[in-house]
Amino acid sequence: MHKNLTITDLEHKAYAIREDIIRMLEHAGSGHSAGPLGLAEIFSALYFSILRVDPKKPDWDERDFFFLSNGHCVPVQYAAMAEAGFFDKDELMTLRRFGSRLQGHPERTRLPGLENTSGPLGSGLSQAAGVAHTLQHIDKQLHRFVYVVTGDGELDEGNIWEAAMFAGKYRLSQLIVFVDRNNIQIDGMTEDVMPVEDLRGKWESFGWHVQEIDGHNIESIVDAASMARAITNKPSVVIAHTIPGKGVDFMEYDYHWHGMPPNSEQAKDALHKLRTLDGKIKGEHQ
Amino acid sequence: MSHYSLSDKLFTDDVDSEPIRAGFGRGLKVAGETNENVVALCADLTDSTQMSKFKETFPERFVEIGVAEQNLVTVASGMARAGKVPFTSSYAAFSPGRNWEQIRTTACLNDQPVKVVGSHAGVSVGPDGATHQMLEDIALMRVLPNMVVVAPGDSVEAEKATKAIAENGKPSYLRLAREKTPVFSTEESPFEIGKAYLLREGSDVSLLGTGTMTYQLLVAARELEKQGISAEVVHVPTIKPLDEHTILASAKKTGRVVTAEEAQIIGGFGAAVAELLSEQLPTPLKRIGMMDRFGESGSPDELLDYFGLTGDKIAHAVKEFVHEKPQYHREF
Repeated sequence: MHKNLTITDLEHKAYAIREDIIRMLEHAGSGHSAGPLGLAEIFSALYFSILRVDPKKPDWDERDFFFLSNGHCVPVQYAAMAEAGFFDKDELMTLRRFGSRLQGHPERTRLPGLENTSGPLGSGLSQAAGVAHTLQHIDKQLHRFVYVVTGDGELDEGNIWEAAMFAGKYRLSQLIVFVDRNNIQIDGMTEDVMPVEDLRGKWESFGWHVQEIDGHNIESIVDAASMARAITNKPSVVIAHTIPGKGVDFMEYDYHWHGMPPNSEQAKDALHKLRTLDGKIKGEHQ
Repeated sequence: MSHYSLSDKLFTDDVDSEPIRAGFGRGLKVAGETNENVVALCADLTDSTQMSKFKETFPERFVEIGVAEQNLVTVASGMARAGKVPFTSSYAAFSPGRNWEQIRTTACLNDQPVKVVGSHAGVSVGPDGATHQMLEDIALMRVLPNMVVVAPGDSVEAEKATKAIAENGKPSYLRLAREKTPVFSTEESPFEIGKAYLLREGSDVSLLGTGTMTYQLLVAARELEKQGISAEVVHVPTIKPLDEHTILASAKKTGRVVTAEEAQIIGGFGAAVAELLSEQLPTPLKRIGMMDRFGESGSPDELLDYFGLTGDKIAHAVKEFVHEKPQYHREF
């Protein structure tokens, strides 16, 4: 835990995470760019403020749980975990390589600190709900929380709504979900592929407490998690509006970058943009 | 091979007969008493899958999921992550019928000890018809790495199997049947995951059965004896991991093997035996089961007879098989 960090520190962490994502994906030669870049602030907030976890004791029996439901976004989790000290940053460059603990989609049994194995969409929320139910109704450990990140395209999956109904029924107030509302999925814009709106109305009707935030505003993310922890009679969802590819102008808003890595030229350009806030400031590398 | 004591009452009028699922219900309650981490989840079929005993005893450790089989196993996977040993139950047609990918990813690849209990497997479900007669579950489950697959032969064994998978630490599939099955084993009969048991010695042919079919093989062997054929009966409750040693020893002894299952022979128990024999000890083999077709409505007895899964029908098929020349001696 890093309780002494300021909002500005967390913003810097988010940009460090973005740079690592670009470097990892360029080195791997495959993987997803847009989602992970858009989630950098959420993961910075999670691993440096919200989650009660200990990078040196990943199985700490007092920890909070984090479940990545949309497993393809795992580069941002790996980058955040390395930044937080779960493992050495050098290992990030093994992403998707033979023998790596950093599999293309996350595998719990390979890397301490991962709580689940995901990739096929829609199941992470149920697994998190299973933990939340256990903590709340069986083990009565009311001080531990279960956080989840899901995609918005992932909400097409029936399994998600089975879990939503389940969490509503059992009033799983220790379950806190961030929906990455970046409006894109592989085949295009979510509302063209399969409309997921009215998102707020859907979650509310399933018995959830709903918040909507700017998913790039660290303070909003931390506050929303705090608010969610204070809601004690229902599960919480935070609809985090994000920009896919955030921080790299030629990737932003473009669904083609959902499942594509940058080539070396694009990666160089992307890193330059990240380090200079798209030319607004002078980078340390210049 | 382990000594196996068959019930004294077998083939008598007062043989005990009970649905295999009833043994699961008892076993789960005992497992819950032994291990406080055992929890149970059900998809709206608590009574008919026999989870009600556990639910009554440990209401706080029972979770009603509703008719949502994907959620059933994925919530269970999460509970396993939180230190529990979750048993999930539904009809086999729905779980593992509907939620295979969730079982693959969140139980098997994720290596969590999720227990998938598929009740009402096989054509003996009867009047409900083909939609509810699960025949592909053995194939679906045994291809999964990390998965243990157990099909107990009677209710007494089902109780032991339930207690065993509660403690094996692995994702496991337990296949149960709806109708009453005569009890051939006793409280003293051994059960260990991964072990097959020699129930009856013979020299002409090895009859290998799993689940409800083992009793029918015992009936068939008695009938064959009258016709001068000495049939060995091996009960194989664990389909994965397969007890290769026991099966190969019997095949080597008799030189002919017949498998029987209330499931598709494609990919099922017979296929597992075929894979073993063809690689390790090529032996003439006949697989009895569902021959690449669905079931249909009817009474359980009617259906078992129609599909050739009764002791008499099996005896007839075995007799023909034994009198054939071994296939590799055939002239074309």
